[in-house]
Amino acid sequence: MTGAQILFLVCAGLILGSAVMVVTARNLMHAAFWLIAALFGVAVVYAILQAGFMAMIQVVIYIGAIAIMFIFADMLTRRDVRESRAQIGRNWPVAVLLGLLILAGLTALILAQPGVGRVAPALPSGLDPVAALGKALVSPDAYVLPFEVASVLLLSALVGAVYLAFLKKQ
Amino acid sequence: MTFWNDPIRFAADWLRDLLTGWGLAAQMTDILLALLGALLLITFSLVLAIFLVWVERKVVARFQDRLGPNRLGPFGLVQPFADIIKLIIKEDITPAGADKFLYNLAPVLALASVLLLWAILPLASVIYGVDLNVALLYLVAAGALGTLAIIMGGWASNNKYALLGAFRMVATMISYEIPMVVSLLIPAILAGTMSVRGITEAQGNVWFFFLSPLAAVIFLISAVAELGRAPFDLNEAESEIIAGFHIEYSGMKFGLFYAGELLHAFTFGGFAALLFFGGYGGFFGLQNLPAFAWLNNPFVQAPVFMLKALIGYWVIMWIKYTMPRVRIDHMLAFNWKFLTPLALILLMTTAVLDRVLDGSNWYVPGLFLSNLLIAWATVEILRAHGRRQRKAEAARVGTGCAQAGAPTAQQ
Amino acid sequence: MQHEWLYIGLFLVVGIIIPIAPLIIARLVAPRKPNPIKQSTYECGLETVGESRVQFKAQYYIFALVFLVFDVETVFLFPWALALKQMPLFVALEGILFITILVVGLVYAWRKGMLEWA
Repeated sequence: MTGAQILFLVCAGLILGSAVMVVTARNLMHAAFWLIAALFGVAVVYAILQAGFMAMIQVVIYIGAIAIMFIFADMLTRRDVRESRAQIGRNWPVAVLLGLLILAGLTALILAQPGVGRVAPALPSGLDPVAALGKALVSPDAYVLPFEVASVLLLSALVGAVYLAFLKKQ
Repeated sequence: MTFWNDPIRFAADWLRDLLTGWGLAAQMTDILLALLGALLLITFSLVLAIFLVWVERKVVARFQDRLGPNRLGPFGLVQPFADIIKLIIKEDITPAGADKFLYNLAPVLALASVLLLWAILPLASVIYGVDLNVALLYLVAAGALGTLAIIMGGWASNNKYALLGAFRMVATMISYEIPMVVSLLIPAILAGTMSVRGITEAQGNVWFFFLSPLAAVIFLISAVAELGRAPFDLNEAESEIIAGFHIEYSGMKFGLFYAGELLHAFTFGGFAALLFFGGYGGFFGLQNLPAFAWLNNPFVQAPVFMLKALIGYWVIMWIKYTMPRVRIDHMLAFNWKFLTPLALILLMTTAVLDRVLDGSNWYVPGLFLSNLLIAWATVEILRAHGRRQRKAEAARVGTGCAQAGAPTAQQ
Repeated sequence: MQHEWLYIGLFLVVGIIIPIAPLIIARLVAPRKPNPIKQSTYECGLETVGESRVQFKAQYYIFALVFLVFDVETVFLFPWALALKQMPLFVALEGILFITILVVGLVYAWRKGMLEWA
């Protein structure tokens, strides 16, 4: 086993442990901080995979923005709805079954991919993956349309947020 | 390669030979050397932080027409060590309702998020931790961890003031992250790379400050906001919420927050120097002449960089001790209604001009003039807006002279 | 595994361990005489009324939402900015279109009064 594999296993264990804590923590704020731990673990996995850009995005977007939003939302809720309810619903066997099914399906899908279990070839030296991504994003024969559509998607998200805020005001 | 033109690699090679000579595996040696490098950089930055305590106290004293620490040692230089001893022997009080683990983790994370920045800070062309190709995003990501530390400390303290301070601080930090990122994009466009070293090397002939002075100003403003220093020190606001998010922290834990803040300010001064003022190099092409080749020596570059960073830090202190605190609604309005649109317009202009003027003689003057034009238009729009508001106010009051309306109290 | 990220990881570990060291020293040296009054919440001498973790203004959440949209936008802009140097003019125009669409959103939020702190 190489060092990277050991690191990956440790990280994966920490991510899964944090994820379990997210759903079992009684205190919503603790759940939010465990979620941040899990998200950070994913960033570390990206770093192990040499995907520096993805690792940084994981931290900037998920920890820097989405987790902060969760915390703000948590502080908006009233205390009496926070800690009183039971944590496990009546339908938990269905959820477990569904979860296992999805896991089995995903495993089957991944194993069906060609090249599973082989070490990926190293990136050619001198290649800047971020610049290559940028070129792919803006070339007309590649992903320029999804790039612009992403902007429209963000716009609709913003309009939706404005609408929600409007409802809240009235 | 000698010690004089590449000291770090020289020492590293010597150590590597020594360690492998002792029979250590090559991979293990690499990890040990990296660990040693990290230790060295972090120790250096913390020693610097001790020195910064003295600088900060001395400079604020000068701004306020006082002498500052002058009793302990020459010019009071021993004062910070006395401060540290005092902080260490103070009783560490943990409030009864605090969330112990998060309460203790917050100051450590706050300092660590600043120390992380030093991994990508090149002190000279051959003295740096790593040369990341996503360095600018890394800078933003470390800021996100800092935000997290503040909200952690504020919430875990179980104090209304602390929570209020933390929320204000986080609102400031996330708002001003947008203009900051946009102003970081401009050097990235001009240099065509995101690595800090690459951006610095690209300023060999012209500093990016002369290509985009507005971006430098926007970066400075958003850096001050990111630091939570006056005029954006709503998080501390001594006169209303006492000390904000670190109200319950005493002793060394407060010391960690304090050291983190000072080091953060200096580090941002350093990044301003690296991204806009040529960093360790960039003497307007002078360094390419054979007679001035000594400018490329790391023993010249590192002091030059430290001097530039110190000047940046001084400007941040100057702003802090000159400006009154802004109200939170003004802070948010200034960001979302002024700074963000301005930064986005500047980004679009820079992108187009960079493509249109590429390779022509008009590249530098064109970009510089476009910045001046945008600045002038902004000032005119603001002036017209102010005039309109004053007129409306005068019409409302009914007298000829405009009076300021009573400010409404806001949270 | 790339050397750079290993170094960053080591840096993070060292950067967390070193700030803990003075805390441990302080723990050994500093006096510890806790009492209920000393450990009570500090509010300038006043007793705390009600709970400390109070409900907050909804406005914070709304600004966080706007921030999230623009944060995702800037992430798309980084690769664009890097590729720009080797690309013709229309690539810059593509980026401008991208930004303009979002500026429309900002103007909309502004006109709807969402950027007011009230």
